[in-house]
Amino acid sequence: MTFNVYWEDVEIGQEVTPWSRQTDFMHWNRYAAVNDEFVYIHMDDEAGKAALNEQGAFGMGNLRFAYFHNMFREWAGDEAQVRKLGCQFRAKNQKNDFLTCTAKVIDKRFENGEHLVDFSISLKNQDGQETAPGEATILLPSKG
Amino acid sequence: MSDQIETLVTQDMLDRKGVWSEAKVSPPISDSDIRKWAIAVYWPETPPKIFWDTDYAKTTHWSGIIAPSEFNPFAWPVEKEPTPVGLQTPQGGGVGTRAMNGGQTEEYYAPMRPGDVISSSTALSEWNERTTSLGLTLFSTTETRWVNQRGDLVKIRKSIGIRY
Repeated sequence: MTFNVYWEDVEIGQEVTPWSRQTDFMHWNRYAAVNDEFVYIHMDDEAGKAALNEQGAFGMGNLRFAYFHNMFREWAGDEAQVRKLGCQFRAKNQKNDFLTCTAKVIDKRFENGEHLVDFSISLKNQDGQETAPGEATILLPSKG
Repeated sequence: MSDQIETLVTQDMLDRKGVWSEAKVSPPISDSDIRKWAIAVYWPETPPKIFWDTDYAKTTHWSGIIAPSEFNPFAWPVEKEPTPVGLQTPQGGGVGTRAMNGGQTEEYYAPMRPGDVISSSTALSEWNERTTSLGLTLFSTTETRWVNQRGDLVKIRKSIGIRY
């Protein structure tokens, strides 16, 4: 079993270990292959430009959404569970962007028998531009 | 379509607001589906063992392989169903024919496991329309609920589709 983090050890203001990925068609195409997400704006530069993205094709929001989950799993371990996660897609994931997910604890609570921790989450590109701000709640194991 | 268009709200949207769709049923989830999904979202790194190593997964409190929370068992239907209103992603170039994913919130409960069959119902819950830097823009919220073959709630998803 992998117990990376216990609820009792988490403090408000604490930051999760960041999780990064540089993305291009190798990542997008693999994701398209499993999620059946073969949409031209993610595959073809002309289609991306027609959708008002000057740089052409751009990455899927769903893949960035998955990256947040990866960050929490790597930090919290397999005994934890993402209970809730939401984000808005404010900027596009351009080809070769270096994306970094971060999260900061904003609250922790014991509710309905569950040890929960609330986070503000962020996903910025290499220029520091916020692309997907949001919030998450993680169910953590307890020492009790 | 002209730039003078006054609304992107369609009659179809008005008719479907708050109406839950008939349940759609996924094929049984396979170990291979989970493994491939995990490889894709962790690419180029090796994904965690909980998604592909049965012996390891048995040692966790999950007692077996589980799918990544955001896993989609409805990918690759043999016959494509019409995309729910508000989530369409047309490829055209005119006002109201361009679309993108505005964001989503998902709540997770029972994990998805190999062999699970998931049922999904969807409803268009609300929308708002305003002028943005993209021009006239429609933000539609769709709610989706998944349950497994035992009737356990798996996920509640609220997603925002953007049309402009």
